[in-house]
Amino acid sequence: MLFKDYEPLKKKQFQILDAEGHLVKPELEPKLSKETLLKMYKTMALGRVADIKALQYQRQGRMLTYPPNRGQEAAQVGAMAALEPLDWLSPAFRELNAMLYRGVKLEQIYLYWFGNEWGNHFDEDVRVLPVNVIIGSQVNHAAGLAYASKVLKKNEVAVATIGDGGTSHGEFYEGLNFASSYNAPLVVVIQNNQWAISTPRSKATKAETLAQKSYAFGIPGIQVDGNDILAMYVATKEAVDYARAGNGPVLIEAVTYRLGAHTTSDDPTIYRKDEEVQAWEKKDPMIRFKKYLIDKGYWTEAEDKALEEENNSYVGETFKKVEATGLETLEDIFKYTYKEMTPQLTEQYEYMKKYLEEEGK
Amino acid sequence: MAVLTLLDAINQALDQKMADDSRVVVYGEDTGFEGGVFRVTAGLQKKYGVDRVFDTPIAESAITGSAIGMAINGLIPVAEIQFDGFVFPGYTEIVTHMARYRNRTRGRHGLQIVVRFPVGGGIRALEHHSESIETLLGHIPGLKVVIPSTPYDAKGLMISAIEDPDPVIFMEPKRIYRSGKQEVPEEMYRIPIGKAKVVKEGTDVTVVAWGAFVREVEKAIKLLENDNINVELIDLRTINPIDEETILNSVKKTGRFVVVQEAVKTYGPGAELISIVNEKAFLHLEAAPARVTGFDITVPLAKGEHYHFIQPERIAAEIKKVAKF
Repeated sequence: MLFKDYEPLKKKQFQILDAEGHLVKPELEPKLSKETLLKMYKTMALGRVADIKALQYQRQGRMLTYPPNRGQEAAQVGAMAALEPLDWLSPAFRELNAMLYRGVKLEQIYLYWFGNEWGNHFDEDVRVLPVNVIIGSQVNHAAGLAYASKVLKKNEVAVATIGDGGTSHGEFYEGLNFASSYNAPLVVVIQNNQWAISTPRSKATKAETLAQKSYAFGIPGIQVDGNDILAMYVATKEAVDYARAGNGPVLIEAVTYRLGAHTTSDDPTIYRKDEEVQAWEKKDPMIRFKKYLIDKGYWTEAEDKALEEENNSYVGETFKKVEATGLETLEDIFKYTYKEMTPQLTEQYEYMKKYLEEEGK
Repeated sequence: MAVLTLLDAINQALDQKMADDSRVVVYGEDTGFEGGVFRVTAGLQKKYGVDRVFDTPIAESAITGSAIGMAINGLIPVAEIQFDGFVFPGYTEIVTHMARYRNRTRGRHGLQIVVRFPVGGGIRALEHHSESIETLLGHIPGLKVVIPSTPYDAKGLMISAIEDPDPVIFMEPKRIYRSGKQEVPEEMYRIPIGKAKVVKEGTDVTVVAWGAFVREVEKAIKLLENDNINVELIDLRTINPIDEETILNSVKKTGRFVVVQEAVKTYGPGAELISIVNEKAFLHLEAAPARVTGFDITVPLAKGEHYHFIQPERIAAEIKKVAKF
């Protein structure tokens, strides 16, 4: 069994597809359909274009602060591909690809980073919680989703994602401990992208790996090559099955790298060396996955080029639509504080409305 | 009709809502097997099982944070924090998420949650067991904050809180958990959140209090019997949203206004209530409004708390000053 073979203190990292796209563990290659594999790849390809363009829009002053995802596509999509439709994602904030795979529309994701809460109003059947900016707290929310699933016998698993920096947070420990004590179906996927803004992973904890923190909860843990989408899928699938069967949580550490800045406000050249980034560029998860698909005869360079063009125009059009939404209404910023506006809120809303009318605004 | 303590009345409300709605779960530190350190949840685990009434690890942020996920995924959590001062480790989830979720998702996820805990001083307890933190919760948009003063109100407010579509902070004045009983109807009934109650009508001075201090003001009123001051006493019952109408109607009649709060003085609810009166009933005032409050200090331990906690005599003295202004 995978979790036994890769017990964190054995100091082994789980990998199926190496950086060059070779199957190093062919016996563990998942039996995914061509359709699923292409859905995974196409999500990553769209995510990459959307990510790069978001940065450009921000630099043009058209988009607000945005957290780049480039380099983490496999760690996100590989994990999400292992979920069933009714499973939950309780995300952190650097989750573009994970959210796209789970059915959140790009238009909504862009709208949120454009500065509009309607971007968090996902379609009703989308089992994704909104972008969470408060580090670590989403693990508690996922623990609650998992607890409800257990007592209502819903058979759903809750997956929380968190950064390496987030594992320093109390809520990471409280949420995992809470879910573990009830065997609630929770899987936590750490996106260890090596940097918490300017703080390297090595300075965040004395623990050699983040996966070994699983021992404290009495649950399985595994460190995975987060840029290997096949390993991410296999490890998460095993974890989700294990949690769904009533065994309790699993902790996955995806070792990956944030190739871009923390956010558009950050300059990573201050705190990390070019050589480090270049070394990780070679381990780009897109390169090896594309090679794998081409080797299997599922994909061609020509199709890849066509897809990129298609994505470029789709993303451009999507952002244009988002830009056209303009400002929110006054009513919207009041209306959702409670189910019904309180007398105080009604009074404040009416006051502001009248003020704007009188000022001719 | 059964005669119940405030504690029993809350227990009955929880019991009846759990029987009424299988989505309701009750949990917290020592809340399940033991029934809580005050026994507010006594007997519930036996009746409804360990999945619906359960003990948690000592982790307040997991208690409040998991409530969010539970509410999104089909449960109605009634989460207990063991003491007022222990709210703070769980405060981040309340303020940064619970209060904001409906707005953040533009109505996709409203959170039907009750967070309940004993509040206030007067039981000679350890540090962090005697805090009055209504300002710290009443100040947060998206939360409703209630505090009952009688067994009857406690039951009706708890039922309303559990049925409310938004997160409700339910503060239980621990010093009157067991002191004083009242007839409480067996059937379920509701006290609306956001409505104050005129406890005693009067013509000379409006006094607003809540929780354990409604009774302290009643004692003060007795002390004033020979002073010919006819006090109108209002029990605020809900800290947020404030029932301005009841307060303003009263002040317009009496022209004088006193607020009694156990909480420390600065930025307390008294300041907010006096501002409302100043803004909306200024020309009706015949005296400067007054506050009778705790001091801006850390709640003293047992040997010093008598200075900090408000006695009926101090309330009576302040009412007298305002009446004779």
